[in-house]
Amino acid sequence: MKNIKYLVAGVFFGMVLVKAQVISWFRIQEMFQLTSFHMYGVIGTAVVTGIISLQLIKRFNIKTIGGDPIAVAPKRFSKGQIIGGLIFGIGWAITGACPGPLFAQIGTGFTVVAITLLSAIAGTWVFGALKSRLP
Amino acid sequence: MQFLKFIQQPWHWSVSGLLIGLTVPLLLILGNKAFGISSSLRHICAACFPADISFFKYDWKKESWNLFFVAGIALGGFLAGHYLQDGQDIQVAAATQQRLAAYGVHDYRALLPPEIFSWGNLFTWKGLIFFIGGGFLVGFGTRYAGGCTSGHSIMGLSNLQWPSLVATICFMAGGFFSANILIPHLFKWFN
Repeated sequence: MKNIKYLVAGVFFGMVLVKAQVISWFRIQEMFQLTSFHMYGVIGTAVVTGIISLQLIKRFNIKTIGGDPIAVAPKRFSKGQIIGGLIFGIGWAITGACPGPLFAQIGTGFTVVAITLLSAIAGTWVFGALKSRLP
Repeated sequence: MQFLKFIQQPWHWSVSGLLIGLTVPLLLILGNKAFGISSSLRHICAACFPADISFFKYDWKKESWNLFFVAGIALGGFLAGHYLQDGQDIQVAAATQQRLAAYGVHDYRALLPPEIFSWGNLFTWKGLIFFIGGGFLVGFGTRYAGGCTSGHSIMGLSNLQWPSLVATICFMAGGFFSANILIPHLFKWFN
């Protein structure tokens, strides 16, 4: 079962999300109401950590534990990043969650968020169905 | 048990940010996987309801690591939620508490307000907007944007990708509009 390691990584990440309180609807309201630095501190530190990690991986040509090279695909620009980004942002403040926290919120015991997750899956499906007709 | 007590407190933003950021190299070193979570929703569509839509016709099994990862997130949420909490109220900024009071939100014992996030609200306007509507926008918007906070704001920015910066700015703009204009109006109209 080569995928078990990703389950374990997910457990680690899920626990961090809860203890960081970034899955809290309250923290998301604070972030967008500019009344607390917490979320900016978390995301900013995460990005700086990620930048340094990727630079180290590239500079020292670090391989995976299986010995494969590490390569990250570049992101290509599309209008979706603007339109879809705004749509997601509106939903982020309403639900207090991006996709990762949805799973963690359900885990902490807010089982009704499973409805939010199902609706997010439906949203993804509708996007797939309409994709060719969107700008 | 001193250690358990120590980690049961809420974690400082710098510690939290560091550990979230380290998930990027962790997944790369485990198997050259790019950190990103919203793709899991697409894989679920491809696995369960492909409906002959070309966007869902691909070998999702090749990406099944992502589904193990999100299952782990739910499990990690359960473990931290049940064993790593100190039982204290969430400390929320006074100015935000004041605004939330106007929404009828007063209970700070859990990470989410039970006044909104409970099964009893499912068939009310709150359920329609906070679960059905909000969830739909998250799923539709992230896929349209080609990623979410993890894929763009953390993974993309870590890899210095300018399209991810554009996406992140739009996430924030949508959130500012929603939290400061849309949500207060919704409570005003419906409460």
